[in-house]
Amino acid sequence: MSAKEESPLKKVCIICAKGTIEDVYATLVMANGAVMEGIEAKLFFTFFGLDAITKKRMNKLHTGTVGNPALRMPGGLPFPSLLGMLPGVEAGVSTMMKSQMEKLDVPPVDEFIEMITAGGGELYACKLGMDMFNLEKEDLHDEVRDVLTVGDFYAMCGGENTQIIFT
Amino acid sequence: MAEKSIAGKSISLNEEGFLTDASQWDQEVAKELANEEGIELTEQHFEVLEFLRNAHEKGETLTIRKVGKSGITDIKGLYKLFPGGPLKLSSKIAGIPKPTSCV
Repeated sequence: MSAKEESPLKKVCIICAKGTIEDVYATLVMANGAVMEGIEAKLFFTFFGLDAITKKRMNKLHTGTVGNPALRMPGGLPFPSLLGMLPGVEAGVSTMMKSQMEKLDVPPVDEFIEMITAGGGELYACKLGMDMFNLEKEDLHDEVRDVLTVGDFYAMCGGENTQIIFT
Repeated sequence: MAEKSIAGKSISLNEEGFLTDASQWDQEVAKELANEEGIELTEQHFEVLEFLRNAHEKGETLTIRKVGKSGITDIKGLYKLFPGGPLKLSSKIAGIPKPTSCV
């Protein structure tokens, strides 16, 4: 595939508002993919997305086993929500997801964040979300640059060929 | 696909400028490919290129994480060596195909 865009993408601003494995990894994969292509990336974590940058929680994310119609058993059969309700099932499924990703060389959240910032990506936390969940800057991964209002974040999203992505 | 004369050799490249035959590569070719990208190759660059070529030969899927753990340099270092394309540019200069991994 030849990718000779006349006016290539220069910057992506990615907003992560949910804290499941799949939502957080969508954000991180998109951001890492951007910096690896020389595209500037700015990430804004809000509401449950804050789990992705909260030290205590970032490596313990889960995927929902209830009300998730796309979830399948290893053999491909649908995963019954009733089963997902049982204690430990969500944790077990989440562990399986993570080991599957590890096989594909997808790193744990904290390491992934370090890879993104090593490439120049910038991480920010939402002020309102932090206040709601009683979080302090010290609770967040050291690579998080700042706690911002929505207005502050939008102010960073200017410029030609910039896209805002909501995962 | 096109033939291009690089470092006095005729090299076949695909439309994105990646070598289609990794065996046509040598250090002189690498230097010229790097020049086109504005990179002056150092000893450390060559270590990364060797690592990539070896992994490619073994049929491994390359990721930036793997290269970052090679012991040659860390991920930050890779971005410094190959600005704007730590895995893509390095693969191009190493004469191997464009990486197919998303990480």
